[in-house]
Amino acid sequence: MLRLEKRPQPSRAWTYGAPVLAVILTIIFGMGLFAILGKDPLIAIKTIFWDPIFGPFAHFYRPEIVKKAAPLVLIAVGLSFGFRAGIWNIGAEGQYIIGAICGAGVALAFYPMEARWLIFPLMIVVGLVGGLLWAMIPAILRVVFKTNEILVSLMLVYVAEVLIKAFSIGLLRNPEGFGMPGSRNLRQYPSAANLDLIPNTGFHWGALAALMAVVAAYILFTRHQFGFNVRLAGQSPRAAGFAGVNANRLVILCMGISGALAGLAGLFEVAGPSGQILGSFPAFYGFTAIIVAFLGRLHPVGILFAGLIMALTYIGGQAAEAQLNLPAAAILTFQGMLLFCLLAVDVLTNYRFKFGQREAR
Amino acid sequence: MKLLELQGLTKAYPGVIANSDVSFDIDKGQIHAVLGENGAGKSTLVKTIYGLVRPDKGQMLLEGAPFAPTDPRSARAAGVAMVFQHFSLFDAMSVAENIALGMENPPKTQDLATQIQAASENYGLPLSPDRIVGDLSAGERQRVEIIRCLLQNPKLLIMDEPTSVLTPQEVDILFGTLRLLASEGTSILYISHKLQEIRALCEHATVLRQGKVVGTFDPREMSNRDMAEMMVGKTLTTPKRAAVTTGQPLLQVSGLSAPSPHQFGTSLKEISFTLHAGEVLGIGGVAGNGQDELVAALSGEIRTSDDMILLEDQGIGADGPNARRALGLCAAPEERNGHAAAPDMSLVENALMTAKTRLSLLKKGFIDWPRSRAFAQEVIARFDVRTPSPETAARALSGGNLQKFVIGREIIQNPRVLVINQPTWGVDAAAAAAIRQALLDLASAGSAVLVISQDLEEVLEITDRFAALNEGTLSQAVPTAGLTMEKIGLMLGGAHDLEVAHA
Repeated sequence: MLRLEKRPQPSRAWTYGAPVLAVILTIIFGMGLFAILGKDPLIAIKTIFWDPIFGPFAHFYRPEIVKKAAPLVLIAVGLSFGFRAGIWNIGAEGQYIIGAICGAGVALAFYPMEARWLIFPLMIVVGLVGGLLWAMIPAILRVVFKTNEILVSLMLVYVAEVLIKAFSIGLLRNPEGFGMPGSRNLRQYPSAANLDLIPNTGFHWGALAALMAVVAAYILFTRHQFGFNVRLAGQSPRAAGFAGVNANRLVILCMGISGALAGLAGLFEVAGPSGQILGSFPAFYGFTAIIVAFLGRLHPVGILFAGLIMALTYIGGQAAEAQLNLPAAAILTFQGMLLFCLLAVDVLTNYRFKFGQREAR
Repeated sequence: MKLLELQGLTKAYPGVIANSDVSFDIDKGQIHAVLGENGAGKSTLVKTIYGLVRPDKGQMLLEGAPFAPTDPRSARAAGVAMVFQHFSLFDAMSVAENIALGMENPPKTQDLATQIQAASENYGLPLSPDRIVGDLSAGERQRVEIIRCLLQNPKLLIMDEPTSVLTPQEVDILFGTLRLLASEGTSILYISHKLQEIRALCEHATVLRQGKVVGTFDPREMSNRDMAEMMVGKTLTTPKRAAVTTGQPLLQVSGLSAPSPHQFGTSLKEISFTLHAGEVLGIGGVAGNGQDELVAALSGEIRTSDDMILLEDQGIGADGPNARRALGLCAAPEERNGHAAAPDMSLVENALMTAKTRLSLLKKGFIDWPRSRAFAQEVIARFDVRTPSPETAARALSGGNLQKFVIGREIIQNPRVLVINQPTWGVDAAAAAAIRQALLDLASAGSAVLVISQDLEEVLEITDRFAALNEGTLSQAVPTAGLTMEKIGLMLGGAHDLEVAHA
């Protein structure tokens, strides 16, 4: 009989091995899915995973992967603090949108002034603060009224979505846009544009911020008391209380960090790849980042890799949609499988399979 | 007539032989003790009988027929029931639901509640079937376990350290119950390291050391010291301390009142006491009378108004745990896993958890890992914590070893006042003696120690003064010298609790 036995210690090998196995399982199940849809599974997988990096048009795809990965990593690193502490900010999507609105608002307020030294840094600050304040709503409600931050942060996503639609046809609409919805394109406003730091690599300011966030989070988690308290609170809330960790302060800090980084991601997106405030502003980064955070085991370096892989499935998925006529839903299903497989193999970190009778010491 | 015969049971794990050729018999209606230190193989032995472990060699006969249970269910079907030392209860469920979970064919909730009520009254173990287990104290949880077994009408009842959280009066009642069961023909396998209690209850005792049977005898004819030394295999020293020189007051608690953070917890009512330098004050009480709340109020997990608690004349009632540590008040709560220590974290991380303040293991918020590791190693070395490495997760340690680590961690910080709840719960005799000695040494060095314990022998052994905690109020502290178990029992108001159960 096959059964699970709890390990005395979490397995170090499986902590790192589980995400790799999850990706492999996803590829296997994904091939099955594509086969059922009547596509050649090997070609589908090659189109998604191989061609964007090494294929003949890789020079076109690679910058797109970086552009996709940057906001995912930035948001996921922020979320990892709360998730490790047992504070569930599900509304990063909303904080991301608000960050974009605030940052773009600053830029448009200064338009057409030429002062990149002033405007771009100010956009960064305001975008960050916007996301942070949006995250403070569920945080403060939880601390003061013990509301559930999952529900409140999630509901605020829908509020943010309505706001960005309203702004795109209202306050922030391009006055020279012939009545079309959407703001001015910030990419064409040199003082506000978030362009590639190295041309044609997709490596814009947001990617730099994501890398800095990865490094900072790594240091905080491994060397700093704050990261230690976050882990302690997540693993043993009572022990954290005994160690003197202020649970309410932790809620505010973790929600604040995730909100601020999501806001930053929004700002860099609106000033760069997207360019304008629009009702169809590139969405779902905030939700996908939740998957990225868990795929990366809530570890900063893991999140970096997970963000890149997730971006690859987006870019590769779009290529597969276009070239193989795969339905968009199939790609979403494929991404869902990835999280599902990860959660399933996650059990191996703390448990091992044993054949035969149960034994206990 | 023999109920259970064990013949040459041997069980080896990688690197350790847990049981080696263990043989003895248990008669019908016999109360048979198994004595041994942690790691002596008692747990493996009872788990073999309960079907959790299959022996490599040897066999068992139950009522003359071969008995080889493959799982606890078949052991239970054969009439073997067990009360574990570590509770297997679900916090979010009620007492009745938890008991139903352990039964093969649970009756309707209403009938079960009636049965629980009846058993609780017959055996003097007050317990309300509707309460949520998460709100129960350790002592009350154990009552759930005991009643769960009693409802199965077992032929053989295995009890693993059942009395650690009962008052002397409750122990007497429990022993009455066990004797009643034995006279009705139920055999009882009683595992304990409380020698006094084994002598009071059992006619036969088997001592295990390093997996082997080192002796079978009638405990009524052996002295405590002889039994303990047979168990440990070496000569034991009772904790000693230098002459008591009580100094100036270090900790003054006056009119401490605080609501319990838990729905069914016990609120603290007007608690007052003074703790002097060089003194060990014992606070006894039945589990669930406010011990957890008192420790939390002293450690800083519950905040009160500042002047309710004075540490060296400075109000600290409103301070958090780390501010109190900085001033010299350290604490060790009862629950090791998940409260005093984080189970999934390494010993180094657990050492850092409470020592960061006093040992300045943080530099501008950054953790000094090398010094934290050195501190963890110091605790491990000085308190003889058996662990493969300081990087081992706390949950991988046995209860006794983790307790030595938790207490060593606080003592090495050299606190002015140490507050400690259940210092030796579930800890073997040698480790318990080491812990008690360390507490006495700390007091002799001029610190004040507050020991909250339900082990009254321990309280009598190491404290200078004693006070009883009953429903959140604290009695006047009296000198321990001259106190008897009976007097303590009356101070605890132990009898009153039991009358309720009989009513």
